[in-house]
Amino acid sequence: MTWTQNNLDLIVELTLNHVRLSVIPIVVSFLLAIPLGWLATRNSALRTLVITGGSLLYTIPSLPLFVILPLVIPTRVLDETNLIVALIIYGVALMSRSAADGFASVERPTLDASTAVGFSPAARFFRVELPLAGPVLLAGIRVVSVSTIALVSVGIIIGSANLGTLFLNGKQRGILEEVVVGIVLSLLVALVFDIIIVRLGRLLMPWTRKDGPVVVTR
Amino acid sequence: MIEFRSVSKEFPDGTVAVEDFTFMLPSHKTTVLVGSSGCGKTTLLRMVNRMVEPTSGQVLIDDVDVATRDKVELRRSIGYVLQASGLLPHWRVVDNVATVPLLEGTPAAQAREEALVLMDKVGLDRSLANRYPRQLSGGQQQRVGVARALASDPNILLMDEPFGAVDPIVRADLQVELNRLQRELGKTIVFVTHDIDEAFILADQVVIFRKGGVIAQAGTPAEIMADPADEFVASFVGADKGKRDLRLQRRADDGGRTVVVDKDGRPIGVLSEHEDGQGAGART
Repeated sequence: MTWTQNNLDLIVELTLNHVRLSVIPIVVSFLLAIPLGWLATRNSALRTLVITGGSLLYTIPSLPLFVILPLVIPTRVLDETNLIVALIIYGVALMSRSAADGFASVERPTLDASTAVGFSPAARFFRVELPLAGPVLLAGIRVVSVSTIALVSVGIIIGSANLGTLFLNGKQRGILEEVVVGIVLSLLVALVFDIIIVRLGRLLMPWTRKDGPVVVTR
Repeated sequence: MIEFRSVSKEFPDGTVAVEDFTFMLPSHKTTVLVGSSGCGKTTLLRMVNRMVEPTSGQVLIDDVDVATRDKVELRRSIGYVLQASGLLPHWRVVDNVATVPLLEGTPAAQAREEALVLMDKVGLDRSLANRYPRQLSGGQQQRVGVARALASDPNILLMDEPFGAVDPIVRADLQVELNRLQRELGKTIVFVTHDIDEAFILADQVVIFRKGGVIAQAGTPAEIMADPADEFVASFVGADKGKRDLRLQRRADDGGRTVVVDKDGRPIGVLSEHEDGQGAGART
């Protein structure tokens, strides 16, 4: 444990940086995927575009993407923005499919009834469609969360300092402890994110809780 | 008063659901539209709150063409009860009942308080207020649907086969309750069903449809039973098979009471001793 004790400051700094680099793409891709997923349920051409487009984007290997991005957006090769934008692209690619599935999972009769009792289109979206798509959106963002936290490590090749630094540095210098710390902390970050997302889901969607007595009487 | 003026509806796939339909539904009465599926009755119902727009013709509420009214505002002013209750699965019962007031911006506390009163009115125990719809039985869900439709105190209630999905005993309960409510509230009710017996139980006025929204016969239940317009109506109400033919059988041995029997001689009730003003009634 000597390496860990001697490098606590570095470990904390890298962990916080890893968290910061993960949170932005997770939140942004969630917000971007919602309108895309909603559009996908409007007509089948848009659905094909969103689903196929998403799958195609996700197949781009991360390394070339990091290299191509500075050519497409006005950033320098070693800019952190490249990493964040790349992670957002992967996040949206994954999440837009979940969002499309989520909105498609909302039952037609419920939507029809909402319209019939007088929900305006905007009220129907925010108060009926979005919350009812919630469970599928939640499942999707959990996948995006794990995937993003894993991919952040790859960012070390374009100069980003995060928990991935520990794998690479530990490997190059032959410090096994450093590698193990990097892996364990990455797993911990992913676990904590997942717990937070699930808790948030339970808080925002109390109707999905299976606890509480379900009593059916006539 | 709801008035249909030469209303037609052709769907994009070419199906003609209704053709040149003209009819008047009186205020404060229950009009039941009855017919087999695909006869256009639900299409007509949904034209009243603009869930379906007629291809031609007009629908008027108290002489105002609904096409001139804002859809959202119009729908909030009309109660609507659907077959599968159409409740919001993610809202508690009390909020489902308060849907329209909440949409209109009524403060939540006040809207919920009023919703509890409505729950009393439709025979729902207040202890159900914090449940979610899936935690209720089918019959209870339908009562919530009715309470929600009443929440904005609308003049008009549209009911689209509201009791179609519940079992016969609960359905009978709900029919009795609806009649009780209607005596108290006097709404203009448009009720769609394919069940002629339900129509006779609820209706002040029954409209029997053929395919394509064509009226086979319209009238009070008594008029239709007493004088079916043609063979289609006779078969629809069951008169052709003698379902509506009842006879009286005097029981000299049992205190001289008169029993009402069907065409096979099976007793279905006892003739009441009192006149109720509308002729002798059978007590079953």
